Amino acid sequence: MAEFENPTDLVHAAKGAFDFGYRKMDTYTPYPLEEAAEAIGAHHNRVPLVCLIGAILGMIGGYSLEYWVSVINYPINVGGKPFHSWPAFIPVTFECAVLGASLAAVFGMLALNGLPQPYHPVFNSPNFVRASRDRFFLCIESQDPKFRLDETKRFLQGFHPREITEVPY
Amino acid sequence: MPEIEKLEVVPPKGVRPPLLGPGHDLGTVTDRIGGIVLQKHTPVFWLMIFGVAAMLFGILNAAIGYLFARGTGIWGINIPAGWGFAIINFVWWIGIGHAGTLISAILLLFKQSWRTSINRFAEAMTIFAVMQAGLFPLIHTGRPWLAAYWLFPYPNSMGVWPQFRSPLIWDVFAVSTYFTVSLLFWGIGLIPDFASLRDSAKTLIVRRIYGIFAMGWRGSARHWNRYETAYLLLAGLSTPLVLSVHSVVSLDFASSVLPGWHTTFFPPYFVAGAIYSGFAMVLILAIPFRYLYNMQDFITLRHLQNCAKLMLATGLIVAYSYAMEVFFAWYSPDKYERAMMWNRMTGPYKFYYWMLILCNIVLPQSLWFNKVRSTPWKLFLVAIVVNTGMWLERYVIIITSLQRDFLPSAWGMYWFTKWDVMTLLGTMGFFTLLFFLFIRFMPSISIFEVRALLPQAKVKE
Repeated sequence: MAEFENPTDLVHAAKGAFDFGYRKMDTYTPYPLEEAAEAIGAHHNRVPLVCLIGAILGMIGGYSLEYWVSVINYPINVGGKPFHSWPAFIPVTFECAVLGASLAAVFGMLALNGLPQPYHPVFNSPNFVRASRDRFFLCIESQDPKFRLDETKRFLQGFHPREITEVPY
Repeated sequence: MPEIEKLEVVPPKGVRPPLLGPGHDLGTVTDRIGGIVLQKHTPVFWLMIFGVAAMLFGILNAAIGYLFARGTGIWGINIPAGWGFAIINFVWWIGIGHAGTLISAILLLFKQSWRTSINRFAEAMTIFAVMQAGLFPLIHTGRPWLAAYWLFPYPNSMGVWPQFRSPLIWDVFAVSTYFTVSLLFWGIGLIPDFASLRDSAKTLIVRRIYGIFAMGWRGSARHWNRYETAYLLLAGLSTPLVLSVHSVVSLDFASSVLPGWHTTFFPPYFVAGAIYSGFAMVLILAIPFRYLYNMQDFITLRHLQNCAKLMLATGLIVAYSYAMEVFFAWYSPDKYERAMMWNRMTGPYKFYYWMLILCNIVLPQSLWFNKVRSTPWKLFLVAIVVNTGMWLERYVIIITSLQRDFLPSAWGMYWFTKWDVMTLLGTMGFFTLLFFLFIRFMPSISIFEVRALLPQAKVKE
């Protein structure tokens, strides 16, 4: 794992590592850095799909609840309006769709990220507390097929990081 | 601190104050904002304000306790004015709750980077204001333990279900969805900041507590990527949601047949008023906060000015709505509508009406002047005036329409009682209590978003 002092060096190193053929790697930054995600080839994700599914489920769920209650289970004549008075059902349907989509987006994001996760090896790195502060890390994982401890170390050294550490795994 | 003093000077015409004070880097931003939470010593002013708020919260509990024992007869409500303080306060609080999501969602979509320093506590303000709002319909039922099956569709033993054609049920869904989505928005915004607090905490127990809330966040690029997508999606979802909430609230009124309520322009009118009062509340909280905690570097005059400008703009929409209300009454052939408007202006509640015009239309025109927009204490006073005016607006709309409807034999008067006032003051105390707990235990400015604003945070080509 290599530690950098500024985002420019980190992105440069991440791009270099990706071009060299490393795939099982990640960057750790104190704020979202779009360029870093692009550099390691993690630009697309499935959160929008999960969110859409949530929206559709919420929408169908909300409308069918209203339909079932107002038409099938508990029909009440209100001012001669039809039991299935769909325009009046739209606000609740809309709210349920938004609710479903939001819950899906947030919990989908957490689930795809594998959070909550009480333990992760990167936290063993002594200086890693600064990843949530002012330092930028690039970690190449040992499961990567191109990973050789010495070679990878030398490779990372080429980007002049502040420090390189081995993370016990 | 010399820099702070420099920032407080009114800038010359055409010059915008900066978004962040000079001389900050990624580390100092973390320390300054996180320091409020992680400091061992609790400031004296915090304890004092918290004490007053706790006292008011006690009064709220007493008022509600007595209400549950005796019933809603202790309030001023009667027939014909069955909706009194409870609904006025509900609409007022929920309106205040609109600015938070507006700042976090709509300004995010418009890429307004000035939202960054104020979005976190504006979201907290939203959540706490919606909590106060939610309290009122619940206690207005007089028997909140029965309200569950009146409001929420769940299979109960009596086999009865709510009436989905009623705007009151739409309101239940709108407000509870809004509360949940605001909470989610606020919650995911806090995760990376909790991780920052976890990593800069000095004692093990503090580190553990924030560690639990941070859920193992480690700032991975893949995580950030999904996180940003989810954040943006939530912003996109909240934008129509925030506009829908007060629209639905206004339909509670507009779908009735009462003169003064039965109009089609209520939804946009209510939404504009909500944003107006919401920004006023943001200023009411931001100005003392930046002063007490010396946060002038993060909440600069630019933020205050922008809030003031938004207040002015929405205030003008509200003024236009008032004018239209009068115009509708005059232009319509409906004598009840005309009588209602005449009663509002010259009837027993005329004092409230003209105070409302003074507070919401006349005095806020001072915001046209740069001098007022750039002087925090003046802005603070205007914000208080506006929120008083917005409360009066709801009072006037609700009471004047209810007390005199179609038949003079059914007319009546409404006067609030001390229990009404205690409940209103009590919710203000409850709100302040929650807000001060939030300031003490959570990062009240979004640390990671402020970091991303810094010039050294950008990748150079």
